[in-house]
Amino acid sequence: MNELLAQLVPVLYLLSAVLFILGLKGLTKVRSARRGNAIAALAMLIAVVATLVDLGAIDYRWILIGLVVGGAIGAVAALKVEMTAMPEMVALFNGSGGAASALVALAILWFDIVEPGTAGTPAEVLGGSNGLTAFLSILIGGVTFTGSVVAYLKLSGSLRGRPGWLAARNLINSSASVVAVGVGLYLTYGAGEPASVALWALVLAAIGLVFGVLLVLPIGGGDMPVVISLLNSLSGVAAAATGFVLDNNVLIISGALVGASGLILTQIMCRGMNRTLGHVLFADFGDEDLTGGDTEYTNVRSSSAEEAALVLEDAESVIFVPGYGLAVAQAQHTVRELADLLIARGASVNYAIHPVAGRMPGHMNVLLAEADVPYEQLKEMDRVNPDFKTTDVAIVVGANDVVNPAAETTPASPIYGMPILKVTDSRSIFMIKRSLSPGYAGIKNELFEHPHTRMIFGDAKQVLQELVDELKGLA
Amino acid sequence: MMGVLLIGLYVFVLAIFVGVEIITKIPPTLHTPLMSGANAISGITLVGALYAAQQGEVRVSSILGAFAIACATINVVGGFLVTDRMLGMFGGRKGKR
Repeated sequence: MNELLAQLVPVLYLLSAVLFILGLKGLTKVRSARRGNAIAALAMLIAVVATLVDLGAIDYRWILIGLVVGGAIGAVAALKVEMTAMPEMVALFNGSGGAASALVALAILWFDIVEPGTAGTPAEVLGGSNGLTAFLSILIGGVTFTGSVVAYLKLSGSLRGRPGWLAARNLINSSASVVAVGVGLYLTYGAGEPASVALWALVLAAIGLVFGVLLVLPIGGGDMPVVISLLNSLSGVAAAATGFVLDNNVLIISGALVGASGLILTQIMCRGMNRTLGHVLFADFGDEDLTGGDTEYTNVRSSSAEEAALVLEDAESVIFVPGYGLAVAQAQHTVRELADLLIARGASVNYAIHPVAGRMPGHMNVLLAEADVPYEQLKEMDRVNPDFKTTDVAIVVGANDVVNPAAETTPASPIYGMPILKVTDSRSIFMIKRSLSPGYAGIKNELFEHPHTRMIFGDAKQVLQELVDELKGLA
Repeated sequence: MMGVLLIGLYVFVLAIFVGVEIITKIPPTLHTPLMSGANAISGITLVGALYAAQQGEVRVSSILGAFAIACATINVVGGFLVTDRMLGMFGGRKGKR
Protein backbone atom coordinates (compact mmCIF):
# COMPACT_ATOMS: atom_id res chain seq x y z
CA MET A 1 0.00 0.00 0.00
CA ASN A 2 2.71 2.42 1.05
CA GLU A 3 4.76 1.48 -1.96
CA LEU A 4 1.83 2.17 -4.23
CA LEU A 5 1.39 5.57 -2.62
CA ALA A 6 5.07 6.34 -3.07
CA GLN A 7 4.76 5.61 -6.77
CA LEU A 8 1.73 7.83 -6.96
CA VAL A 9 3.68 10.90 -5.81
CA PRO A 10 5.53 11.62 -9.08
CA VAL A 11 2.30 11.10 -11.00
CA LEU A 12 0.53 13.61 -8.78
CA TYR A 13 3.39 16.08 -9.29
CA LEU A 14 3.09 15.67 -13.05
CA LEU A 15 -0.67 16.22 -12.86
CA SER A 16 -0.04 19.32 -10.76
CA ALA A 17 2.48 20.73 -13.27
CA VAL A 18 0.07 20.16 -16.17
CA LEU A 19 -2.76 21.86 -14.27
CA PHE A 20 -0.51 24.84 -13.48
CA ILE A 21 0.13 25.29 -17.20
CA LEU A 22 -3.58 24.95 -18.04
CA GLY A 23 -4.49 27.36 -15.24
CA LEU A 24 -2.04 29.97 -16.46
CA LYS A 25 -3.37 29.53 -19.99
CA GLY A 26 -6.86 30.19 -18.67
CA LEU A 27 -5.67 33.41 -17.05
CA THR A 28 -4.87 34.91 -20.45
CA LYS A 29 -8.51 35.21 -21.58
CA VAL A 30 -11.23 37.19 -19.85
CA ARG A 31 -13.82 34.46 -20.25
CA SER A 32 -11.71 31.64 -18.86
CA ALA A 33 -9.64 33.61 -16.35
CA ARG A 34 -11.59 32.78 -13.24
CA ARG A 35 -11.64 29.09 -14.06
CA GLY A 36 -7.91 29.26 -14.86
CA ASN A 37 -7.22 30.67 -11.42
CA ALA A 38 -9.29 27.89 -9.82
CA ILE A 39 -7.39 25.27 -11.85
CA ALA A 40 -4.06 26.70 -10.67
CA ALA A 41 -5.32 26.61 -7.07
CA LEU A 42 -6.31 22.96 -7.57
CA ALA A 43 -2.84 22.26 -8.95
CA MET A 44 -1.37 23.74 -5.79
CA LEU A 45 -3.61 21.59 -3.61
CA ILE A 46 -2.56 18.46 -5.51
CA ALA A 47 1.13 19.37 -5.14
CA VAL A 48 0.71 19.85 -1.39
CA VAL A 49 -1.21 16.58 -0.98
CA ALA A 50 1.43 14.74 -3.00
CA THR A 51 4.14 16.16 -0.75
CA LEU A 52 2.30 15.16 2.41
CA VAL A 53 1.85 11.65 0.99
CA ASP A 54 5.56 11.56 0.19
CA LEU A 55 6.48 12.67 3.70
CA GLY A 56 4.30 9.92 5.19
CA ALA A 57 3.94 9.56 8.93
CA ILE A 58 5.92 12.43 10.40
CA ASP A 59 5.37 14.97 13.12
CA TYR A 60 2.98 17.49 11.64
CA ARG A 61 3.24 20.00 14.48
CA TRP A 62 5.21 22.72 12.62
CA ILE A 63 3.52 22.05 9.33
CA LEU A 64 0.09 22.55 10.87
CA ILE A 65 1.13 25.71 12.71
CA GLY A 66 2.59 27.18 9.52
CA LEU A 67 -0.39 26.26 7.37
CA VAL A 68 -2.98 27.58 9.83
CA VAL A 69 -1.19 30.85 10.58
CA GLY A 70 -0.28 31.54 6.94
CA GLY A 71 -3.68 30.51 5.63
CA ALA A 72 -5.50 32.73 8.10
CA ILE A 73 -3.33 35.78 7.40
CA GLY A 74 -3.56 35.27 3.65
CA ALA A 75 -7.31 34.76 3.63
CA VAL A 76 -8.09 37.73 5.86
CA ALA A 77 -5.78 40.01 3.89
CA ALA A 78 -7.21 38.88 0.54
CA LEU A 79 -10.84 39.28 1.58
CA LYS A 80 -10.44 42.53 3.50
CA VAL A 81 -8.25 44.51 1.11
CA GLU A 82 -9.78 47.44 -0.73
CA MET A 83 -9.52 47.18 -4.48
CA THR A 84 -7.72 50.52 -4.56
CA ALA A 85 -4.98 49.00 -2.39
CA MET A 86 -4.40 46.15 -4.82
CA PRO A 87 -0.85 47.12 -5.91
CA GLU A 88 0.28 47.12 -2.28
CA MET A 89 -1.37 43.77 -1.60
CA VAL A 90 0.19 42.12 -4.65
CA ALA A 91 3.59 43.46 -3.59
CA LEU A 92 3.20 42.04 -0.08
CA PHE A 93 2.09 38.59 -1.28
CA ASN A 94 4.99 38.60 -3.68
CA GLY A 95 7.39 39.43 -0.87
CA SER A 96 6.14 36.60 1.31
CA GLY A 97 6.71 34.18 -1.56
CA GLY A 98 10.29 35.39 -1.88
CA ALA A 99 10.84 35.10 1.85
CA ALA A 100 9.54 31.52 1.76
CA SER A 101 12.09 30.53 -0.91
CA ALA A 102 14.99 31.99 1.07
CA LEU A 103 13.75 30.37 4.31
CA VAL A 104 13.43 26.94 2.69
CA ALA A 105 16.99 27.07 1.39
CA LEU A 106 18.25 28.16 4.83
CA ALA A 107 16.25 25.44 6.54
CA ILE A 108 17.77 22.83 4.24
CA LEU A 109 21.31 24.01 4.99
CA TRP A 110 20.55 23.73 8.69
CA PHE A 111 18.79 20.39 8.35
CA ASP A 112 21.53 18.71 6.29
CA ILE A 113 24.68 20.43 7.49
CA VAL A 114 24.50 22.66 10.55
CA GLU A 115 22.31 20.53 12.81
CA PRO A 116 23.83 17.11 12.19
CA GLY A 117 27.28 18.76 12.24
CA THR A 118 28.27 17.31 8.87
CA ALA A 119 31.76 18.27 7.76
CA GLY A 120 32.16 19.48 4.18
CA THR A 121 30.97 22.31 1.98
CA PRO A 122 27.35 22.54 0.81
CA ALA A 123 28.61 21.55 -2.64
CA GLU A 124 30.02 18.33 -1.17
CA VAL A 125 27.14 17.51 1.15
CA LEU A 126 24.17 18.50 -0.99
CA GLY A 127 25.79 18.09 -4.38
CA GLY A 128 27.31 20.84 -6.51
CA SER A 129 24.19 21.98 -8.30
CA ASN A 130 22.03 21.82 -5.18
CA GLY A 131 24.55 23.79 -3.15
CA LEU A 132 24.80 26.42 -5.85
CA THR A 133 21.04 26.78 -6.21
CA ALA A 134 20.66 26.94 -2.44
CA PHE A 135 22.80 30.08 -2.50
CA LEU A 136 20.78 31.52 -5.41
CA SER A 137 17.54 30.71 -3.64
CA ILE A 138 18.66 32.52 -0.48
CA LEU A 139 19.93 35.53 -2.43
CA ILE A 140 17.03 35.95 -4.89
CA GLY A 141 14.45 35.15 -2.23
CA GLY A 142 15.95 37.80 0.06
CA VAL A 143 16.04 40.43 -2.70
CA THR A 144 12.43 39.64 -3.61
CA PHE A 145 11.33 39.92 -0.01
CA THR A 146 12.78 43.30 0.93
CA GLY A 147 12.33 44.66 -2.60
CA SER A 148 8.63 43.89 -2.37
CA VAL A 149 8.35 45.34 1.12
CA VAL A 150 9.95 48.60 -0.04
CA ALA A 151 7.62 48.62 -3.06
CA TYR A 152 4.73 48.12 -0.65
CA LEU A 153 5.86 51.02 1.54
CA LYS A 154 6.20 53.26 -1.50
CA LEU A 155 2.84 52.28 -2.91
CA SER A 156 1.06 52.82 0.38
CA GLY A 157 2.68 56.23 0.65
CA SER A 158 4.77 55.54 3.76
CA LEU A 159 7.97 56.05 1.80
CA ARG A 160 8.72 58.92 -0.52
CA GLY A 161 8.53 58.15 -4.22
CA ARG A 162 11.92 59.39 -5.30
CA PRO A 163 14.57 59.91 -2.69
CA GLY A 164 17.42 61.87 -4.19
CA TRP A 165 20.03 60.93 -1.65
CA LEU A 166 21.13 57.70 -3.23
CA ALA A 167 23.24 59.28 -5.94
CA ALA A 168 25.94 56.64 -5.93
CA ARG A 169 23.50 53.80 -6.30
CA ASN A 170 25.02 52.31 -9.44
CA LEU A 171 28.34 51.91 -7.67
CA ILE A 172 26.62 50.53 -4.57
CA ASN A 173 24.47 48.14 -6.58
CA SER A 174 27.26 46.78 -8.71
CA SER A 175 29.58 46.26 -5.76
CA ALA A 176 26.72 44.65 -3.81
CA SER A 177 26.15 42.15 -6.62
CA VAL A 178 29.84 41.28 -6.81
CA VAL A 179 30.02 40.81 -3.04
CA ALA A 180 26.80 38.74 -3.06
CA VAL A 181 28.08 36.37 -5.73
CA GLY A 182 31.48 36.12 -4.01
CA VAL A 183 29.93 35.28 -0.66
CA GLY A 184 27.54 32.82 -2.34
CA LEU A 185 30.35 30.99 -4.10
CA TYR A 186 32.40 30.89 -0.91
CA LEU A 187 29.41 29.49 0.98
CA THR A 188 28.92 26.80 -1.66
CA TYR A 189 32.49 25.70 -2.24
CA GLY A 190 34.59 27.17 0.56
CA ALA A 191 32.73 26.89 3.85
CA GLY A 192 33.71 23.44 5.09
CA GLU A 193 32.62 23.58 8.74
CA PRO A 194 29.00 23.57 9.94
CA ALA A 195 29.66 26.76 11.92
CA SER A 196 31.04 28.62 8.91
CA VAL A 197 28.21 27.36 6.69
CA ALA A 198 25.77 28.83 9.20
CA LEU A 199 27.68 32.11 9.39
CA TRP A 200 28.06 32.61 5.63
CA ALA A 201 24.50 31.55 4.90
CA LEU A 202 23.28 34.25 7.28
CA VAL A 203 25.68 36.80 5.79
CA LEU A 204 24.37 35.93 2.34
CA ALA A 205 20.77 36.28 3.49
CA ALA A 206 21.60 39.68 5.00
CA ILE A 207 23.23 40.83 1.75
CA GLY A 208 20.14 39.72 -0.19
CA LEU A 209 17.88 41.65 2.16
CA VAL A 210 19.96 44.82 1.95
CA PHE A 211 20.32 44.49 -1.82
CA GLY A 212 16.54 44.32 -2.24
CA VAL A 213 16.17 47.61 -0.39
CA LEU A 214 18.94 49.31 -2.36
CA LEU A 215 17.52 48.13 -5.67
CA VAL A 216 13.96 49.37 -5.20
CA LEU A 217 14.39 52.39 -2.91
CA PRO A 218 15.65 54.83 -5.56
CA ILE A 219 13.03 53.84 -8.15
CA GLY A 220 10.25 56.36 -8.67
CA GLY A 221 6.51 55.78 -8.46
CA GLY A 222 5.98 55.92 -12.22
CA ASP A 223 8.41 53.05 -12.72
CA MET A 224 6.54 50.90 -10.21
CA PRO A 225 4.74 48.83 -12.89
CA VAL A 226 8.15 47.69 -14.14
CA VAL A 227 9.48 46.98 -10.66
CA ILE A 228 6.39 45.07 -9.55
CA SER A 229 6.55 42.89 -12.68
CA LEU A 230 10.25 42.30 -12.18
CA LEU A 231 9.81 41.31 -8.52
CA ASN A 232 7.00 39.01 -9.64
CA SER A 233 9.40 37.37 -12.07
CA LEU A 234 12.10 37.09 -9.39
CA SER A 235 9.74 35.32 -6.99
CA GLY A 236 9.26 32.69 -9.70
CA VAL A 237 12.99 32.36 -10.28
CA ALA A 238 13.53 31.98 -6.52
CA ALA A 239 10.93 29.20 -6.44
CA ALA A 240 12.62 27.47 -9.38
CA ALA A 241 15.99 27.74 -7.60
CA THR A 242 14.44 26.05 -4.56
CA GLY A 243 13.20 23.37 -6.96
CA PHE A 244 16.79 22.74 -8.07
CA VAL A 245 17.90 22.44 -4.44
CA LEU A 246 15.25 19.79 -3.80
CA ASP A 247 15.43 18.18 -7.26
CA ASN A 248 11.70 18.78 -7.50
CA ASN A 249 10.32 19.34 -10.99
CA VAL A 250 6.99 20.86 -9.93
CA LEU A 251 8.85 23.71 -8.28
CA ILE A 252 11.12 24.12 -11.29
CA ILE A 253 8.21 24.15 -13.75
CA SER A 254 5.92 26.48 -11.86
CA GLY A 255 8.81 28.73 -10.89
CA ALA A 256 9.83 28.97 -14.55
CA LEU A 257 6.25 29.73 -15.61
CA VAL A 258 6.02 32.60 -13.12
CA GLY A 259 9.49 33.81 -14.02
CA ALA A 260 8.52 33.90 -17.71
CA SER A 261 5.19 35.61 -17.13
CA GLY A 262 6.79 38.25 -14.92
CA LEU A 263 9.48 38.83 -17.49
CA ILE A 264 6.95 39.33 -20.29
CA LEU A 265 5.00 41.79 -18.17
CA THR A 266 8.25 43.60 -17.40
CA GLN A 267 8.96 43.81 -21.11
CA ILE A 268 5.47 45.11 -21.92
CA MET A 269 5.77 47.76 -19.21
CA CYS A 270 9.21 48.86 -20.43
CA ARG A 271 7.87 49.14 -23.97
CA GLY A 272 5.01 51.25 -22.63
CA MET A 273 7.58 53.74 -21.42
CA ASN A 274 10.07 53.33 -24.25
CA ARG A 275 12.74 52.50 -21.73
CA THR A 276 14.95 49.51 -21.18
CA LEU A 277 14.94 47.56 -17.96
CA GLY A 278 18.50 48.66 -17.33
CA HIS A 279 17.47 52.26 -17.70
CA VAL A 280 14.70 51.86 -15.12
CA LEU A 281 16.97 50.12 -12.65
CA PHE A 282 20.21 52.00 -13.12
CA ALA A 283 19.41 55.48 -14.33
CA ASP A 284 16.66 57.84 -13.48
CA PHE A 285 15.14 60.95 -14.86
CA GLY A 286 16.58 63.02 -12.07
CA ASP A 287 20.09 62.30 -13.25
CA GLU A 288 19.58 64.31 -16.36
CA ASP A 289 18.76 67.43 -14.42
CA LEU A 290 15.87 68.57 -16.52
CA THR A 291 13.70 68.96 -13.49
CA GLY A 292 15.02 72.33 -12.40
CA GLY A 293 14.57 73.85 -15.84
CA ASP A 294 11.60 75.40 -17.48
CA THR A 295 8.56 74.44 -15.51
CA GLU A 296 6.84 77.81 -15.56
CA TYR A 297 3.48 77.92 -17.23
CA THR A 298 2.27 81.07 -18.95
CA ASN A 299 -0.81 80.17 -20.91
CA VAL A 300 -2.90 78.02 -18.66
CA ARG A 301 -6.66 78.39 -18.96
CA SER A 302 -8.52 77.16 -15.95
CA SER A 303 -12.13 76.26 -16.00
CA SER A 304 -14.89 75.09 -13.70
CA ALA A 305 -17.21 72.14 -13.46
CA GLU A 306 -20.02 74.42 -14.53
CA GLU A 307 -18.33 75.36 -17.79
CA ALA A 308 -17.24 71.78 -18.44
CA ALA A 309 -20.78 70.53 -17.94
CA LEU A 310 -22.00 72.92 -20.65
CA VAL A 311 -19.45 71.51 -23.09
CA LEU A 312 -20.26 67.95 -22.08
CA GLU A 313 -23.95 68.62 -22.59
CA ASP A 314 -23.42 68.85 -26.35
CA ALA A 315 -20.68 66.24 -26.61
CA GLU A 316 -21.40 63.20 -28.72
CA SER A 317 -18.22 61.37 -27.96
CA VAL A 318 -16.22 61.45 -24.74
CA ILE A 319 -13.02 59.65 -23.81
CA PHE A 320 -11.83 59.43 -20.22
CA VAL A 321 -8.08 59.16 -19.67
CA PRO A 322 -7.55 57.74 -16.18
CA GLY A 323 -4.22 57.81 -14.36
CA TYR A 324 -2.81 57.15 -10.93
CA GLY A 325 -4.61 60.23 -9.59
CA LEU A 326 -7.91 58.44 -10.18
CA ALA A 327 -6.77 55.66 -7.87
CA VAL A 328 -5.49 58.08 -5.22
CA ALA A 329 -8.77 59.99 -5.18
CA GLN A 330 -10.73 56.70 -5.33
CA ALA A 331 -12.85 58.37 -7.99
CA GLN A 332 -13.58 55.26 -10.08
CA HIS A 333 -17.24 55.07 -9.05
CA THR A 334 -17.80 58.78 -9.71
CA VAL A 335 -16.24 58.46 -13.16
CA ARG A 336 -18.65 55.69 -13.99
CA GLU A 337 -21.57 57.72 -12.68
CA LEU A 338 -20.59 60.56 -15.00
CA ALA A 339 -20.09 58.12 -17.86
CA ASP A 340 -23.54 56.60 -17.30
CA LEU A 341 -25.06 60.05 -17.32
CA LEU A 342 -23.35 60.89 -20.61
CA ILE A 343 -24.40 57.58 -22.16
CA ALA A 344 -27.97 58.22 -21.06
CA ARG A 345 -27.76 61.51 -22.96
CA GLY A 346 -26.73 59.61 -26.09
CA ALA A 347 -22.99 60.19 -26.06
CA SER A 348 -20.47 57.45 -26.69
CA VAL A 349 -18.06 56.96 -23.82
CA ASN A 350 -14.74 55.14 -23.79
CA TYR A 351 -11.74 54.93 -21.50
CA ALA A 352 -8.23 55.23 -22.91
CA ILE A 353 -5.89 52.96 -21.01
CA HIS A 354 -2.16 53.56 -21.27
CA PRO A 355 -0.11 50.41 -20.56
CA VAL A 356 1.77 52.06 -17.71
CA ALA A 357 -1.03 54.17 -16.25
CA GLY A 358 -1.12 53.58 -12.52
CA ARG A 359 1.32 51.71 -10.35
CA MET A 360 1.08 48.14 -11.61
CA PRO A 361 0.36 46.39 -14.89
CA GLY A 362 -3.37 46.62 -15.59
CA HIS A 363 -4.00 48.89 -12.60
CA MET A 364 -6.64 51.04 -14.31
CA ASN A 365 -8.51 48.00 -15.60
CA VAL A 366 -8.90 46.55 -12.12
CA LEU A 367 -9.88 49.90 -10.68
CA LEU A 368 -12.57 50.52 -13.29
CA ALA A 369 -13.76 46.92 -13.16
CA GLU A 370 -14.42 47.46 -9.48
CA ALA A 371 -16.77 50.30 -10.44
CA ASP A 372 -18.49 47.88 -12.85
CA VAL A 373 -17.31 49.70 -15.95
CA PRO A 374 -17.94 47.25 -18.84
CA TYR A 375 -14.54 46.19 -20.10
CA GLU A 376 -15.64 46.75 -23.70
CA GLN A 377 -15.39 50.48 -22.92
CA LEU A 378 -11.76 50.15 -21.86
CA LYS A 379 -9.60 50.68 -24.91
CA GLU A 380 -5.86 50.15 -25.05
CA MET A 381 -3.60 52.84 -26.44
CA ASP A 382 -3.13 51.55 -30.00
CA ARG A 383 -6.85 51.03 -30.49
CA VAL A 384 -7.99 54.31 -28.98
CA ASN A 385 -5.41 56.74 -30.39
CA PRO A 386 -7.03 57.04 -33.86
CA ASP A 387 -10.38 57.72 -32.14
CA PHE A 388 -9.25 60.98 -30.52
CA LYS A 389 -9.57 62.77 -33.88
CA THR A 390 -13.32 62.22 -33.87
CA THR A 391 -13.75 62.84 -30.17
CA ASP A 392 -15.51 65.91 -28.81
CA VAL A 393 -14.19 65.88 -25.28
CA ALA A 394 -11.26 64.13 -23.66
CA ILE A 395 -11.31 64.19 -19.86
CA VAL A 396 -7.93 63.49 -18.28
CA VAL A 397 -8.35 62.33 -14.71
CA GLY A 398 -5.15 62.13 -12.70
CA ALA A 399 -2.92 61.20 -15.63
CA ASN A 400 0.08 63.30 -16.56
CA ASP A 401 3.19 61.88 -18.23
CA VAL A 402 1.20 59.44 -20.38
CA VAL A 403 -0.49 62.36 -22.15
CA ASN A 404 2.53 64.68 -22.34
CA PRO A 405 3.03 65.77 -25.98
CA ALA A 406 6.72 66.38 -25.22
CA ALA A 407 7.17 62.63 -25.71
CA GLU A 408 6.53 63.23 -29.40
CA THR A 409 7.70 66.77 -29.99
CA THR A 410 10.72 67.43 -27.77
CA PRO A 411 13.75 65.24 -28.49
CA ALA A 412 15.53 66.69 -25.43
CA SER A 413 12.77 65.54 -23.11
CA PRO A 414 13.59 62.57 -20.87
CA ILE A 415 10.33 60.93 -21.90
CA TYR A 416 10.93 61.49 -25.63
CA GLY A 417 9.89 58.40 -27.57
CA MET A 418 7.48 57.11 -24.97
CA PRO A 419 4.19 56.22 -26.65
CA ILE A 420 1.45 58.54 -25.42
CA LEU A 421 -2.29 58.93 -25.65
CA LYS A 422 -2.95 61.54 -28.33
CA VAL A 423 -5.53 63.56 -26.46
CA THR A 424 -4.57 66.75 -28.31
CA ASP A 425 -6.33 65.37 -31.38
CA SER A 426 -9.69 65.76 -29.68
CA ARG A 427 -11.76 68.92 -29.97
CA SER A 428 -11.51 69.91 -26.34
CA ILE A 429 -9.63 68.60 -23.36
CA PHE A 430 -10.47 68.93 -19.70
CA MET A 431 -7.70 68.10 -17.33
CA ILE A 432 -8.70 67.41 -13.76
CA LYS A 433 -5.69 67.90 -11.55
CA ARG A 434 -4.86 69.13 -8.09
CA SER A 435 -2.27 71.63 -9.28
CA LEU A 436 0.21 72.34 -12.04
CA SER A 437 2.81 70.21 -10.32
CA PRO A 438 4.76 67.98 -12.69
CA GLY A 439 4.15 64.26 -12.94
CA TYR A 440 6.48 61.62 -11.69
CA ALA A 441 8.98 62.35 -14.47
CA GLY A 442 9.37 65.83 -13.01
CA ILE A 443 9.04 67.55 -16.36
CA LYS A 444 6.83 70.20 -17.79
CA ASN A 445 3.63 69.05 -19.47
CA GLU A 446 2.91 71.09 -22.58
CA LEU A 447 -0.61 69.77 -22.59
CA PHE A 448 -1.44 72.22 -19.77
CA GLU A 449 -0.86 75.11 -22.20
CA HIS A 450 -2.39 73.51 -25.27
CA PRO A 451 -5.09 75.69 -26.89
CA HIS A 452 -7.66 72.89 -26.54
CA THR A 453 -6.98 72.35 -22.87
CA ARG A 454 -8.95 73.66 -19.92
CA MET A 455 -7.64 72.84 -16.45
CA ILE A 456 -10.07 72.08 -13.65
CA PHE A 457 -8.18 72.23 -10.39
CA GLY A 458 -9.27 70.11 -7.47
CA ASP A 459 -9.61 66.61 -6.08
CA ALA A 460 -10.61 64.24 -8.89
CA LYS A 461 -13.52 62.72 -7.03
CA GLN A 462 -14.89 66.08 -5.95
CA VAL A 463 -14.62 67.64 -9.41
CA LEU A 464 -16.25 64.65 -11.04
CA GLN A 465 -19.05 64.77 -8.49
CA GLU A 466 -19.60 68.46 -9.28
CA LEU A 467 -19.72 67.56 -12.98
CA VAL A 468 -22.32 64.90 -12.27
CA ASP A 469 -24.42 67.37 -10.27
CA GLU A 470 -24.12 70.08 -12.93
CA LEU A 471 -25.09 67.70 -15.70
CA LYS A 472 -28.06 66.49 -13.72
CA GLY A 473 -29.08 70.10 -13.20
CA LEU A 474 -28.98 70.72 -16.95
CA ALA A 475 -31.26 67.81 -17.72
CA MET B 1 24.75 14.27 -9.88
CA MET B 2 25.17 16.27 -13.07
CA GLY B 3 22.44 14.11 -14.60
CA VAL B 4 19.85 15.41 -12.18
CA LEU B 5 20.98 19.00 -12.70
CA LEU B 6 20.85 18.57 -16.46
CA ILE B 7 17.33 17.18 -16.38
CA GLY B 8 16.34 20.03 -14.10
CA LEU B 9 17.80 22.53 -16.55
CA TYR B 10 15.95 20.89 -19.45
CA VAL B 11 12.71 21.16 -17.51
CA PHE B 12 13.44 24.75 -16.49
CA VAL B 13 14.27 25.97 -19.99
CA LEU B 14 11.36 24.17 -21.64
CA ALA B 15 8.95 25.47 -18.99
CA ILE B 16 10.14 29.01 -19.67
CA PHE B 17 9.33 28.52 -23.34
CA VAL B 18 5.89 27.22 -22.43
CA GLY B 19 5.36 30.21 -20.16
CA VAL B 20 6.43 32.69 -22.82
CA GLU B 21 4.25 31.02 -25.46
CA ILE B 22 1.20 31.07 -23.21
CA ILE B 23 1.52 34.58 -21.90
CA THR B 24 2.71 36.63 -24.87
CA LYS B 25 -0.77 37.49 -26.08
CA ILE B 26 -2.32 38.43 -22.78
CA PRO B 27 -4.74 41.38 -23.08
CA PRO B 28 -3.81 44.38 -20.89
CA THR B 29 -7.15 44.04 -19.10
CA LEU B 30 -5.84 40.93 -17.42
CA HIS B 31 -2.35 42.13 -16.53
CA THR B 32 -3.10 42.53 -12.83
CA PRO B 33 -4.99 39.25 -12.35
CA LEU B 34 -2.31 37.40 -14.33
CA MET B 35 0.34 38.91 -12.12
CA SER B 36 -1.40 38.09 -8.87
CA GLY B 37 -2.37 34.63 -10.13
CA ALA B 38 1.18 33.90 -11.22
CA ASN B 39 2.28 35.27 -7.89
CA ALA B 40 0.10 32.72 -6.10
CA ILE B 41 1.64 29.98 -8.24
CA SER B 42 5.11 31.07 -7.12
CA GLY B 43 3.94 30.10 -3.63
CA ILE B 44 4.72 26.54 -4.81
CA THR B 45 7.75 26.94 -2.55
CA LEU B 46 5.24 25.68 -0.02
CA VAL B 47 6.12 22.18 -1.22
CA GLY B 48 9.77 22.79 -0.38
CA ALA B 49 8.78 24.30 2.95
CA LEU B 50 6.82 21.16 3.87
CA TYR B 51 9.96 19.07 3.37
CA ALA B 52 11.95 21.51 5.47
CA ALA B 53 9.56 21.42 8.44
CA GLN B 54 9.19 17.67 8.86
CA GLN B 55 10.94 17.43 12.21
CA GLY B 56 8.68 17.70 15.23
CA GLU B 57 11.28 18.84 17.72
CA VAL B 58 12.21 22.45 18.33
CA ARG B 59 15.27 23.09 16.21
CA VAL B 60 16.43 25.81 13.87
CA SER B 61 15.52 24.00 10.66
CA SER B 62 11.99 23.19 11.75
CA ILE B 63 11.35 26.73 12.95
CA LEU B 64 12.74 28.15 9.69
CA GLY B 65 10.56 25.62 7.90
CA ALA B 66 7.46 26.64 9.84
CA PHE B 67 8.07 30.28 8.96
CA ALA B 68 8.62 29.27 5.35
CA ILE B 69 5.31 27.40 5.36
CA ALA B 70 3.52 30.39 6.86
CA CYS B 71 5.01 32.81 4.28
CA ALA B 72 4.31 30.49 1.36
CA THR B 73 0.76 29.83 2.55
CA ILE B 74 0.08 33.57 2.83
CA ASN B 75 1.27 33.84 -0.76
CA VAL B 76 -0.81 30.88 -1.97
CA VAL B 77 -4.08 31.43 -0.10
CA GLY B 78 -4.01 35.22 -0.34
CA GLY B 79 -2.90 35.20 -3.96
CA PHE B 80 -5.54 32.84 -5.28
CA LEU B 81 -8.34 34.44 -3.24
CA VAL B 82 -7.49 37.98 -4.25
CA THR B 83 -7.20 36.97 -7.90
CA ASP B 84 -10.58 35.30 -7.71
CA ARG B 85 -12.08 38.43 -6.15
CA MET B 86 -10.65 40.59 -8.91
CA LEU B 87 -11.80 38.29 -11.68
CA GLY B 88 -15.23 38.15 -10.11
CA MET B 89 -15.50 41.89 -10.74
CA PHE B 90 -14.45 41.54 -14.36
CA GLY B 91 -17.22 39.13 -15.25
CA GLY B 92 -19.73 40.05 -12.61
CA ARG B 93 -21.10 43.36 -13.80
CA LYS B 94 -24.51 41.83 -14.48
CA GLY B 95 -26.44 42.30 -11.27
CA LYS B 96 -23.67 41.54 -8.82
CA ARG B 97 -24.13 44.82 -7.12
